[in-house]
Amino acid sequence: MGIVLTRLDERLIHGQVVLGWGSQLRPDRYLVVDDELAASDWEQELYRLGAGDTDVIFSTVAEARDRIPEWRESQVRSILLARDVATLKGLAAGGLLRGQSVNLGGLHHGSGRREVLDYLHLSDDDAAGLALLEEEGAQVWAQDLPDAPKVPLRSLLGS
Amino acid sequence: MSEPSGTKGIVVAHGAMAQGLVDAVRRIAGGAADALSPLSNEGLSPLDLKQALDRLAGKAPAILFADLLSGSCGMAALVSARDSGQRAVVCGVNLPILLDFVFHRDLPMEELVPRLVGKGRDGIRSLPRAD
Repeated sequence: MGIVLTRLDERLIHGQVVLGWGSQLRPDRYLVVDDELAASDWEQELYRLGAGDTDVIFSTVAEARDRIPEWRESQVRSILLARDVATLKGLAAGGLLRGQSVNLGGLHHGSGRREVLDYLHLSDDDAAGLALLEEEGAQVWAQDLPDAPKVPLRSLLGS
Repeated sequence: MSEPSGTKGIVVAHGAMAQGLVDAVRRIAGGAADALSPLSNEGLSPLDLKQALDRLAGKAPAILFADLLSGSCGMAALVSARDSGQRAVVCGVNLPILLDFVFHRDLPMEELVPRLVGKGRDGIRSLPRAD
């Protein structure tokens, strides 16, 4: 129960999450952590359309840090989503994600990013941020869909 | 080739679906399929996809046909349409929708969109088993 998946995915609520992971994990709600979206009612409405009947909570990093212990203990099954590494770093600071798994589900190519998997492109800053997550005690792995190979961060970064 | 007049159609979908649908329309309707542009989300970030839709739609009235509402294609289409008063979004695109569109795209948008949604629904049938 609690948070059944913590995922980095630039697209947040979309087909792979709702259908691919959702059909296996059967979440009761999505927890979208993003400072910008938390302040944008119209964008929240768009993402809610994609979530169908599943509840969606939007929160800032600061709000999420306060609520993660409660979400983790809850009987409500949640998928927590962030769309950039900086948000995950903010969540993990001080060891808040210690012992938790973090799934890398999708970052597209962009300025300064190189392809490490066909669905995952990382800049040097992204890679350093993810390494920091592991230093803070999280286990980081890439897997776009439940039946895809699970690739540990250290394999991606070649260390 | 000159720009087709009337509402443009952009099919945005996962993988090769958009190209396949437009190809199917061309095989059935011929040159009328020129009114459709296919766009795959393959390798595109949400922002890249929205910008590609904006470029394809241009300033003309356009309908953005997306495969799934709960997907990156549907989301990008909704964001693109929000930024332009001349675009509508139809999710759950299928071949009957597109075939009707290419032959009726001169209708006013407020008449065309509900018509297409109806055609798409009507095209899904369960038929009696032959045995």
